[in-house]
Amino acid sequence: MNPGASSIIELTGVSKYFGPFKALDDINLSVMTGERVVVCGPSGSGKSTMIRCINRLEEHDEGRIVVDGIELGEDTQNIRAVRQDVGMVFQQFNLFPHLTVLENLTIGPIRVRKMDKARAEALARQYLDRVHIPEQADKYPAQLSGGQQQRVAIARSLCMEPRIMLFDEPTSALDPEMINEVLDVMVELAGTGMTMVVVTHEMGFARKVADRMVFMEAGRMVEVAPPAKFFSSPDSDRARLFLDQILEH
Amino acid sequence: MSAGGQMAGTGGRRAQPRPQWRRHLGRVIASRPASVLIYFAVMFAIIATALKGAEAMGYNWQWYRIPRYFYDVTEGGIVLGEIPWGLVGTIALSATAFLLATVIGLIVALLRLSDLIVGRWVAQGFLEIVRNSPLLVLLYVFYYVFGPIFGLDRYSASVLCLAVFHGALISEIFRAGINAVAKGQWEAADAIGMTRWQVYRYIVLPQSVRFMLPPMTGEVVNMIKSSAIVSVIAVAELTTIGRNIISDTYMSFEIWFTIAAVYMVVTLIISTGATLLERRYTVRD
Repeated sequence: MNPGASSIIELTGVSKYFGPFKALDDINLSVMTGERVVVCGPSGSGKSTMIRCINRLEEHDEGRIVVDGIELGEDTQNIRAVRQDVGMVFQQFNLFPHLTVLENLTIGPIRVRKMDKARAEALARQYLDRVHIPEQADKYPAQLSGGQQQRVAIARSLCMEPRIMLFDEPTSALDPEMINEVLDVMVELAGTGMTMVVVTHEMGFARKVADRMVFMEAGRMVEVAPPAKFFSSPDSDRARLFLDQILEH
Repeated sequence: MSAGGQMAGTGGRRAQPRPQWRRHLGRVIASRPASVLIYFAVMFAIIATALKGAEAMGYNWQWYRIPRYFYDVTEGGIVLGEIPWGLVGTIALSATAFLLATVIGLIVALLRLSDLIVGRWVAQGFLEIVRNSPLLVLLYVFYYVFGPIFGLDRYSASVLCLAVFHGALISEIFRAGINAVAKGQWEAADAIGMTRWQVYRYIVLPQSVRFMLPPMTGEVVNMIKSSAIVSVIAVAELTTIGRNIISDTYMSFEIWFTIAAVYMVVTLIISTGATLLERRYTVRD
């Protein structure tokens, strides 16, 4: 394998059912190392389900998912190995409320990576710097604003030193004035060459950082295109309609 | 009163708020001095009736003989009487059984929440059997059946019986507490690659404590109270001591009142302590 241009995430013929409802329908996607993919589409189109399959928070029913050379299946060792290499940022932050910001950041490195405490704390402070809130280390999550909490959540993922970052609508639960501080951090992260898969409706962000746009509807990938083409002349009517709706204002 | 009556009269057909005199009366009844007064009146009525009944049957009250069952002053100093020793027995028995019950409860709860079908079945079966048997019958089974089979003495049989009985109840407390932790917490912990055990240990159980603390206190109190049942197989504890003293002295009224009061003091202390502890755990969030 050629590490520079190899695909780091490979979804082949992936389908997923919730009861009789087909949430994902024959998804084929390969993400290259260092590539930034932005996934958009109407709600209920399967964007979150797809991204959650990549670190197996959801189990796919058909097809294959290979992440960083490891195939996801029943093997829990494999699943944990993949999860250590894949950071995830949630819509609702999901910080651990009983731990301080610093403890939120160090618990993964200490318990999962078996790093000693001093090193983990140094690492944590370095990433708190990166997300511009070094002064909040000793507070509890509930004492922070939504934007600050989401930046802590990003730092928590980065502390595991992942090779891939997944973002599941990271700004959807934020007040409008806090969206940009989170997007700024994500743009900076994109600048470091991190492989990123981002589910979002923030089209300004997508234009700025995406290498490829993926448009989903009803569990299918309807269109995959570079952002320049996607925003100016999408092939599908569905994508055009969707863009009209969200770019109207 | 008459002014109040007028008010009620002028209310007419419309749905009026309660007339003024009734609101006033309500406020008087709810006030603290009135509550205390009513409490004492009721207590007085109960005690008076009891005393009268005791008098009618010619009961010979001998309260003066009670203190020496608590302590005795001898040349060597103050010596604890039988009742404090009985209390020590009760507390030791309850504490041992409670520790064991907590372990059993945690294991059963984790089994019920696990992906193992056999584990869930075992836990569910255990729960149904224990919950649907009277504690007294369970004690007889442990002492007269398991006792000879596994060579349990009466103390171990009592501890195990209480632990199993309360373990089943505690497992439900654990399960509810664990389920009360938000799903996103599991996902966040899974997403950084924690094992199932690590998720429980570092993320979920610490957060369930505040959901579990109030019902767990209730279980401590229940444990102390239900430990009295082992007196039927003559394990040395507070209730057994009470029975023994009565069989020597025939002072059943005084002794049972005293024993009941001792239980009440202990459980009240525990409840108060738990309230303070709860306040500590609700600070964050």
